[in-house]
Amino acid sequence: MPARESIDHSLEILEPLLITHSRPGRNKHILPDPFKPCVPDELLPFMNPEEVRLPDVAEVETVRHFTRLARMNFGVDQGMYPLGSCTMKYNPKICENIAERIRNIHSSDKHPMHMVLRALAALQRYLEEICGMDACCLWPAAGAHGELTGMLVVKKAFQTRGEDRSVVLIPDTAHGTNPASCAIAGFTTRNIPSGPRGFLEAATVKAHLDKDVAALMITNPNTLGIFEQEIHEIAELLHANGSYLYMDGANLNAILGISRPGDMGVDCLHVNLHKTFGTPHGGGGPGGGPVLVQSELERFLPIPRIVHVPRELFTLSYSFPDSIGMVHSTLGNVSVLLKAIVYIIRLGPKGLLEASRTAVLNANYLKARLKDHFDLPYATPTLHEFVLTDKRQKELGISTMDMAKALMDFGFHPPTVYFPLVVSGAMMIEPTETEPLSELDRFADAMLTIAEEAAQYPQALHDKPELTPVTRVDEVYAARSLCLTWDMLESKDDGAVSK
Amino acid sequence: MSFVPHDQADRQHMLETIGIQDEEELFATIPQNLRLTQRLKIPGPLDEENIRRIPQGQFSHVCFAGGGIYRHHIPAMVDALANRQEFYTSYTPYQPEISQGVLQSIFEFQSMMAALTGMYVSNASLYDGATALAEAALMAIRAKQIKRVLVTRATNPRFRSVLKTYLDNTGVKLQEIPFDMASGQVERFSLERLNGEDAALFVQNPNFFGILEPMDCIAKFARQSAFWGIVVSEAVSLGLLKRPGDYGPDCVVGEAQSFGNPPNAGGPLLGFMCTTKEHLRRMPGRVVGLTKDSRGRQAFCLTLATREQHIRREKATSNICTNEGLCAIRAALYLAAMGPRGLRAVATQCVAGAHQILQLIQQVGRQPVFKGPFFHEFVVQLDADKRKALEDDGIIPGVPIEYYYPEIKNGLLVAVTEMNTREDWKCLLENL
Amino acid sequence: MSIPDDLKFTKDHEWGRIEGSHLRVGITDYAQSELGDVVFVELKSIGTKLKAGESFGTVESVKAVSDLYAPAGGTIVEVNQELEQAPELVNQDCYGAAWMIVLEMDDVSETDKLMDAVAYEQFVASEAR
Repeated sequence: MPARESIDHSLEILEPLLITHSRPGRNKHILPDPFKPCVPDELLPFMNPEEVRLPDVAEVETVRHFTRLARMNFGVDQGMYPLGSCTMKYNPKICENIAERIRNIHSSDKHPMHMVLRALAALQRYLEEICGMDACCLWPAAGAHGELTGMLVVKKAFQTRGEDRSVVLIPDTAHGTNPASCAIAGFTTRNIPSGPRGFLEAATVKAHLDKDVAALMITNPNTLGIFEQEIHEIAELLHANGSYLYMDGANLNAILGISRPGDMGVDCLHVNLHKTFGTPHGGGGPGGGPVLVQSELERFLPIPRIVHVPRELFTLSYSFPDSIGMVHSTLGNVSVLLKAIVYIIRLGPKGLLEASRTAVLNANYLKARLKDHFDLPYATPTLHEFVLTDKRQKELGISTMDMAKALMDFGFHPPTVYFPLVVSGAMMIEPTETEPLSELDRFADAMLTIAEEAAQYPQALHDKPELTPVTRVDEVYAARSLCLTWDMLESKDDGAVSK
Repeated sequence: MSFVPHDQADRQHMLETIGIQDEEELFATIPQNLRLTQRLKIPGPLDEENIRRIPQGQFSHVCFAGGGIYRHHIPAMVDALANRQEFYTSYTPYQPEISQGVLQSIFEFQSMMAALTGMYVSNASLYDGATALAEAALMAIRAKQIKRVLVTRATNPRFRSVLKTYLDNTGVKLQEIPFDMASGQVERFSLERLNGEDAALFVQNPNFFGILEPMDCIAKFARQSAFWGIVVSEAVSLGLLKRPGDYGPDCVVGEAQSFGNPPNAGGPLLGFMCTTKEHLRRMPGRVVGLTKDSRGRQAFCLTLATREQHIRREKATSNICTNEGLCAIRAALYLAAMGPRGLRAVATQCVAGAHQILQLIQQVGRQPVFKGPFFHEFVVQLDADKRKALEDDGIIPGVPIEYYYPEIKNGLLVAVTEMNTREDWKCLLENL
Repeated sequence: MSIPDDLKFTKDHEWGRIEGSHLRVGITDYAQSELGDVVFVELKSIGTKLKAGESFGTVESVKAVSDLYAPAGGTIVEVNQELEQAPELVNQDCYGAAWMIVLEMDDVSETDKLMDAVAYEQFVASEAR
């Protein structure tokens, strides 16, 4: 069985695929065996007569394999990820600690679930207070899932009113999930331009409003890091038109305890627990995307909902006839929800306020240190993140991509690149509040060194990074050869090596 | 108080560099009428010990609950590696140079899921089995412009509920295929009358009742549909049963929480999707590919990203961005730790246990509701009062299902896994 | 930037070569250079009837997926199978070996609405900011 090691025998392999360590009989893990292991006769026709196709590897080799893989990976416990709109802040360990407690609880075990639901009901209240909203649903498993849920709520609201509105307005600075979520919810999207100062102008919104507009999706502060100053007027225009204002809460980290979406006129929003509320990103999840609404939309929220009769257990109810239905098979990513509650009470109101104020301070400090060396497309003040472009460096043949790659040699994850789309060659930088001044200075110094190198030895930057396990990975080759499992290596003969 | 590392001197230095006197000036762009004047009414800050003292509930050790979430043995090695900061505090692997650990682990997860299901390819995960089914239906709509989605009523009711939510806005009708009250399998007559040319068909196997569906027979009819898929709710069944891919479906989707992820009061879970070469480009979610770098080293990167939300936007295959990455890594660790014989042994224990316990239950006078062959779950009837009394005593005899299937009065779905001990089932039998 | 003067062009950067009642269609040098390295081409099958402006497939690179639009109405009579194995031909020889489909046109005069090489050159110049 062992598959070929690689698509190309001439390639150097840092860590062979697990399957290459496999030999029959090597795995000696012992399992609990409370029952006599015989399969009843009537099941024999359903059984797979062949061996299960998994690697057969000894424990020590498996542990070493994944340990070596881990050592090739960067995490926020190691260094800064100044990724704009991602809020890669420190993940407090007390949160991990407490979340461990619910590990063995089955969701049908109603006594411990009572305690869990009690905690989740508290989380709902805290998020409602933080956002200035009336009701909350914790089940969406990620921000995009929350967006979809929110837009389905909006759709149901119109259906109930007997209106068939099909358009959602989306500013050109929006994250890609915004239009994608709208499409799945059955809306069409209309792109509207942000103003020259980087925020959406009420006049622009007014010009695009008609009876077909169901909602506008806004991010505040937006992906340029700029506060949407006219959001209140925009909300009023929308409401006068019978439309709703949806907010993507990805950038909430700039305004905790400072300003609240509910006060801005937002009708529905989602928050990202794995951003603002410090739950770990996990290499791509699990996250959490709770949805919050004003009272008018509450009845459309997903089921189940947490209910509590005094002196009885906290429990779940499915009896909400106007609900959009279920959006997840259970209660979403429960352990992530628990980590978020611990984060909130560990910080308290003073801590959350300090977090946002420092996030904004840190970002503005970096901007001050970098703005004389990199093109800053908007003069408008920014909050917790800001955008630079590669305009100056482009003249020397160096792109945002080159600078991002070079940063990795300095021990930083690059900022968000080539987003938002309104700016060419964008670098979106968000340090978050948990970065020390020394790290911010180190980052600024690294950026300045890279700018200098761009001026003096531009060619060298094209080959960076040099100190990472791999460099300048060939994405075209990946897309053309499409080798997505180790079984596919089996079927590739030498002719498929390089095109 | 929070995790902000600065002291006053740091803050002062930063203000000077920025060129302002007061931090307040940084918030000038927020209109005054939108500024909070009062402190948020939430508790805290609490120190770690006070947080630790918050009361927690005791879980019931004697647990026979399944119904889509299962308690299984998780080798110690899984936590030891998954709790490494490089895995759990890392970001989505968009920059492959410093993400080879996550990327290769996900590639290995994809490889193992494709091998276990017998399909061409797997994605890097979806939120859960329910949304995976919903995404499969959306994929079928994109692929074949279907007008109806047919799903067996014996497919997990929560999965069907989420599927309905997703389909409500598409104009595509959702229809259920009934089950036979005697066997618990899909009702043959309804299956035979299927005219599926404009439809997508989804069948869960083993089904929600634990019953094994007649897959050869179903595959014959399913092939007449425009698109069909098999739903797997208990991933451990892949260690013993015929591979779903061998029946020729367009996709295999479901829930892989059983692979190395504890019940965790409901989540996080691990949705998965595997599909054929034909549908590869329509598959939602991330996918990791093997490639090389500029210095001749083997490397991994995210690929086929142009179908995804950040590029295709409103024409994307899905809106999914953050998925269940760490849970997929845990699954890869679990499958590596268990190995081929281990996974088969666990599945065997589950099957053997369920059949042996059912026999004992029959000896004390209770009969299963269905006669069909089953994997590791079965349905009996137990008065609600008796069930509540057991639960108050710390014994969970199963998941009550009358809410979903009112025709099965006091229906109780009992699951048995390798985590149940002799004491457990003695306890259950004494009290039933 | 190569713009052969015997071809007609659309605003979506497709080119068409009139061959009697047939129209051979592909994408222009400007289009392939904007896309970057092409990794996949998906084309509708022979027999498909299209109106002018309807999509006849997609072309995919690592950074974008673009729809392909028919310059004139007609039926697809030929599809370039080579692009399945060698999508990079689109970058290498977009006017020659990387032709995509051949349409049997419903109305040859529809091609009068397309741009000629001079007009297309001006159009590209105005698109590039």
